[in-house]
Amino acid sequence: MAFVARRLGFYFVAAWVALTVNFFIPRAMPGSAVEDIMSKFPDLQPSAYKALEAMLGVGHPGSLWHQYLTYLDDVFHLNFGTDLIEYPAKVSTLLGQTLPWTLTLVGTATVIAFLVGTGLGIVAGWRHGGSLDRVLPGLMFLQAIPYFFLALILIDLLAERTHLFPIGQGYAGGLIPGWHWDFIGSAVYHSLLPAFTIVITSLAGWMLQMRNVMITTIGEDYVLAAQAKGLSSHRVMLTYAARNAILPQLQGFGLALGFVVSGAIIMEIVFSYPGIGLLLFNAVTSNDYPLMQAIFLVIVFAVLLANLIVDAVIVFVDPRVRSGEGAR
Amino acid sequence: MSLALPISADSSALAESRQRLGRWQRLPTKAKVGAVLLGFFVLAAIIGPMVTPYDPSYQNPLPSLSLQAPSAAHLLGTTQSGQDVLSQLLVGIRLTMQLAFIVGVVATSLSVIIGVSAGFLGGIWDEVLSLFSNVFLVIPALPLLILLLGYLPQRGQTPTILVLSFLGWPWGARVIRAQTLSIRNRDFIAASRETGERTWRIIAFEIIPNEVSLIAASFVNTVLYAIGVSVALAFIGLADLSSWSLGTMLYWAQSQQALEVGAWWWLAPPGIAVALIGTSLVLLNTGIDELGNPRLRDASRSSRIGGQKVRPTDPTPVLAATRSRRGLPAFLHSFSRSAWLEEGMEPQRRRTGLEDRSLAPGGEQR
Repeated sequence: MAFVARRLGFYFVAAWVALTVNFFIPRAMPGSAVEDIMSKFPDLQPSAYKALEAMLGVGHPGSLWHQYLTYLDDVFHLNFGTDLIEYPAKVSTLLGQTLPWTLTLVGTATVIAFLVGTGLGIVAGWRHGGSLDRVLPGLMFLQAIPYFFLALILIDLLAERTHLFPIGQGYAGGLIPGWHWDFIGSAVYHSLLPAFTIVITSLAGWMLQMRNVMITTIGEDYVLAAQAKGLSSHRVMLTYAARNAILPQLQGFGLALGFVVSGAIIMEIVFSYPGIGLLLFNAVTSNDYPLMQAIFLVIVFAVLLANLIVDAVIVFVDPRVRSGEGAR
Repeated sequence: MSLALPISADSSALAESRQRLGRWQRLPTKAKVGAVLLGFFVLAAIIGPMVTPYDPSYQNPLPSLSLQAPSAAHLLGTTQSGQDVLSQLLVGIRLTMQLAFIVGVVATSLSVIIGVSAGFLGGIWDEVLSLFSNVFLVIPALPLLILLLGYLPQRGQTPTILVLSFLGWPWGARVIRAQTLSIRNRDFIAASRETGERTWRIIAFEIIPNEVSLIAASFVNTVLYAIGVSVALAFIGLADLSSWSLGTMLYWAQSQQALEVGAWWWLAPPGIAVALIGTSLVLLNTGIDELGNPRLRDASRSSRIGGQKVRPTDPTPVLAATRSRRGLPAFLHSFSRSAWLEEGMEPQRRRTGLEDRSLAPGGEQR
């Protein structure tokens, strides 16, 4: 439990840092976001200047400390302000519309990539020097290909030319989102290619790491002892070697999540997938500052939450953590 | 120096070069391939922009030169507006590599400074610095970069380099801190402290030299990260789009729908270049890893000792027994693993699977 408390404290600090960074970025940047917006939208009345200032918090109403407290209060109540582009839509409404798409797609794809990669890593580590080791350079190449480049090629080959998969979007045009089979089927069909892209580019990383830890674990005495006892090879591989090798892998999961999320943002842009990454891209290209900031916070909090879940799993599978030995 | 020993200098240089060659040969294959591949791109980055056949930005007004497939005049074809793709690629490799290199140097220096201070100073410093680096590890970099660059009025190289460097250090710092912690309490550090060495001298001459391989690995990783992120940022338009980098090439190719009009030669070269540079760095890093951890080495790579193949992880072979096998030595030898190999006996092979990795000489499983 000390471990959980420690981790909770850490996530609290991380969340606070993200909130504070988010608060100071618009204030520390050169140039004025307000003037930028005013020049982008000539229709705006000069009186809108003050309103924009207040909304972006750059006009310094009150002391910095006071602004900061107001900002924290707003975030706490999920009040991210009003959107500039799709005025008068609330930013939180836009987030609510896009977040489920991203969570479902990226979450599923990441879990699949992690499971398959770890599984392949176990086998590759156990049969060190076997045939799986020989495909490693190929996998490294796949891993090194930029996400979006692979996605573009896949779209061209599998969607544009052969029409096996749809070209981007989250669901077929004309369907009304809701809980009926037409829509769900279409959404699943549209998510196959993006999910495949995420899996194939992140698979190698999980596999390589698991393989390396596995090889090191196999050299431990307890694995030798298990084999000397005459346990079946299958059992030694899974319950002795892999069981312990998976702990560093899980700890790496949380940290690697940031990269996965980054890749997913780009992937959504390429596939015009109606998720939060595409929303962020649109916000940036149209200088929609309140939306940008809110999306940043949402992404950070999602990653922190995922880390927290992984920590809970670690507590469950690693007795050393439970007894407080291997805290961190 | 140049005056001394004109004759023996020659032979010592020869010996040195032979030693170097030996060191090169002992590198894992992956590291060799990675180094050669990376060397090729570094070379392209250095001399490429000097030998470009055309001005990369020159837009040829002739409509016949728009979207030309690769030919003798344009080895990699032309873009929509008649620009030469090869020239863009050569200039682009320079710009991308340059950015990644600067970010690598700055961020790795930061991670060395922060990691070593945290590990060596310990106490409250360690707590604060570790917390700081862990927080920046857990906050995803790309959204933060997009946010920062989104606010910047002009999106040139410099802000990208600054922001990437600022966000690129935590991973290296974490690894270096752990290594510093383990070195800090060794005897030679205590000895140099007893002899009155100053703290900065201990750090610079005792600790950092012992972390060179880690620092190299973290540099390679940072360069990899910088290339990936900068290309992705440029691809979504968050870069100086008037300059040619691999990312902006991809941006223009995509925004003018290169693939839809069938101009694969426009999109493919920058993408493949990024992938190859990335692969070379990953291979190099795996090679460095294998150098430090013999267990990870390719099982088929083995050295010959006493006429038989021995992998780095095998126990030291009994040389006398392998040479002559009569009487007692032969009896003893029959218990050793190498004897099973030679006789092809492999006891209990099916049962445990252990032999798969510890007994089989490289070729056996193929």
